[in-house]
Amino acid sequence: MEKRIRVLVAKPGLDGHDRGAKVVARALRDAGFEVIYTGLRQTPEQIAEAALEEDVNVVALSLLSGAHNTLFPKVVELLKEREMQHVLIVGGGVIPDSDIPGLKQAGVAEIFTPGTPTAAIVEFIKVHVTQ
Amino acid sequence: MENQLLHGKMAEYTAKVEKALAKNPERHNLEHNRLYTPLDIEELDYERDLGFPGSYPYTRGVQPTMYRGRFWTMRQYAGFATAEESNKRYRYLLEQGQTGLSCAFDLPTQIGYDSDDAISEGEVGKVGVAIDSLADMEILFDGIDLGKVSTSMTINAPAAVLLAMYIAVAEKQGVSADKLKGTIQNDILKEYAARGTYIFPPKPSMRLITNIFEYCSKHVPQWNTISISGYHIREAGSSAAQEIAFTIADGIAYVDAAIKAGLDVDDFAGRLSFFWNAHNNVLEEVAKFRASRRVWAKVMKERFGAKNPKSWMLRVHTQTAGSMLTAQQPENNIVRVALQTAAAVLGGTQSLHTNSKDEALALPTEDAVRIALRTQQIVAYESGLADVVDPLAGSYYIEALTSQIEKECWEYIQKIDDMGGAVAAIEKGYIQREIQESAYKWQLEVESKKRIIVGVNQFQIDEKPPEGLLRVDASVGEMQKRKLSALRAKRDNAVLQEKLKALETAAREESTNLMPPILEAVQAYGTLGEICGVLRSVFGEYQAHVSL
Repeated sequence: MEKRIRVLVAKPGLDGHDRGAKVVARALRDAGFEVIYTGLRQTPEQIAEAALEEDVNVVALSLLSGAHNTLFPKVVELLKEREMQHVLIVGGGVIPDSDIPGLKQAGVAEIFTPGTPTAAIVEFIKVHVTQ
Repeated sequence: MENQLLHGKMAEYTAKVEKALAKNPERHNLEHNRLYTPLDIEELDYERDLGFPGSYPYTRGVQPTMYRGRFWTMRQYAGFATAEESNKRYRYLLEQGQTGLSCAFDLPTQIGYDSDDAISEGEVGKVGVAIDSLADMEILFDGIDLGKVSTSMTINAPAAVLLAMYIAVAEKQGVSADKLKGTIQNDILKEYAARGTYIFPPKPSMRLITNIFEYCSKHVPQWNTISISGYHIREAGSSAAQEIAFTIADGIAYVDAAIKAGLDVDDFAGRLSFFWNAHNNVLEEVAKFRASRRVWAKVMKERFGAKNPKSWMLRVHTQTAGSMLTAQQPENNIVRVALQTAAAVLGGTQSLHTNSKDEALALPTEDAVRIALRTQQIVAYESGLADVVDPLAGSYYIEALTSQIEKECWEYIQKIDDMGGAVAAIEKGYIQREIQESAYKWQLEVESKKRIIVGVNQFQIDEKPPEGLLRVDASVGEMQKRKLSALRAKRDNAVLQEKLKALETAAREESTNLMPPILEAVQAYGTLGEICGVLRSVFGEYQAHVSL
């Protein structure tokens, strides 16, 4: 049997809006992934540790507060430090288009902005994940 | 007799409809009945269920003349970057004819951390203004007469500290606390359930809230001590009925807590206020507003035995639905907001914030905020919607829907009562799960196109990325850090330590009201992080219930 894709859905920073994170988590679960949701207010260190402990294939970050340019790259860096560069990192939230190239350069594979169908996120993960 | 005739006619109509449906089927996603007639409101009793505006049960509004005298307060929620920047925006809004202020604070402020705390990195000044101490608050209201303006502050867990700062600034301006008008959100239960900026566990949080009720009833009598908020519950995905049901259940918990703390219900209940969402379905929203007033009036009169009519009135601030704004074709949002504004006004709101078209993308620019404010002014001055009190009353549909939403609301309240009240229901994760279910259902409806969102899942176009969005400079964090270290060097730290020690002692003594020692710590220029730090050390922190 094929191993199921494991996804950590995480809320870095102080943002309390997790409607999107929870909806995405549910959709990923319905698509057959194993999903772990961190809950609110996770530091980048806590997220990297959880990713390591849970041995996930994907880290999906959600942030609506505008702190993405600080916090997303930090998660990428900390995962690298833990030799988890194979983990697919995606992000979502209220993120201006002009910030997306910088985030991708920092190692976030894709950014999903408001209005994205959850099916598009599922598809992206299936295509790009390495197991 | 009359209705028996009508039953017959209705049967004829239904037969006709059946035939028509065979040829032209209806859309399959319609939630309400096809048609409403007197048969749907047979149970309605005018005096019992509607009454007159300004009279129990306030279905038709809390004032006798509503907007024929004064319009609702037009109050745009604003704040970003530093106190200096936000002060400029406030002055601009007041110049543009806005009639009240509404402060948005950044996340570190909302969660009781200073800007130089490691956990604040990247968040300073982003979703609101950064306030670290009384010094920032003095700048925020510089040149604004606190004796004249009314100010709403979206602050919850550390509401006591921000209110103390406001009182202290007013005192420096020569305005005494009894003259102050405004609102603090101060609604911790919906933070646990939907919004996320909690600090302390429920018990000490409820104590802080009742301490504020008591303090304000004596010293700041014109202040709205809480804004019991359904807005964020709706934004998190709830239905209209769930929005008012969970919020009124929260309201019941606050009133219970205050009565348990020894307060007389009529001493504080008149200063309770509410906060509703104005969502897309215009008529459903109107019915929701009307139903909520009826339910609250009954709760206060029948359940709590309040005697003062002011205690029975559900006064409400409204904001248009942020989650319904689309990042796609953002100009369309102007139309959405106009319709939501119509709903709030027809529903009888006391004040209103209209969202700006660009808020699915970033904080709003000055131009976008002006259009949002103009939308309210157009509805007020040009549309005629504000000229007659509760103009939709008597509509078969509106009255039937009002009663239906009321019924759903009572069912939820009963269920929550059976669980032991709102605090217990939140601790069990019940309210969170109900909201999540509704949110996921909505998303599936959008993805299956059962629900059409214009520009998102139909009528899309190729768009260029939007330009001219507001950006908060990353240097805001550095500037706040510099201001903080200057403050810490300049203030009398020995005096402050005494005040913080006194606060700690008071926090350990459950029967002590915390407002006075918090005010003294604020006046000694203790920072928000220092004051909340003392309270954290005594009260501990809330551990959220995570469920999917």
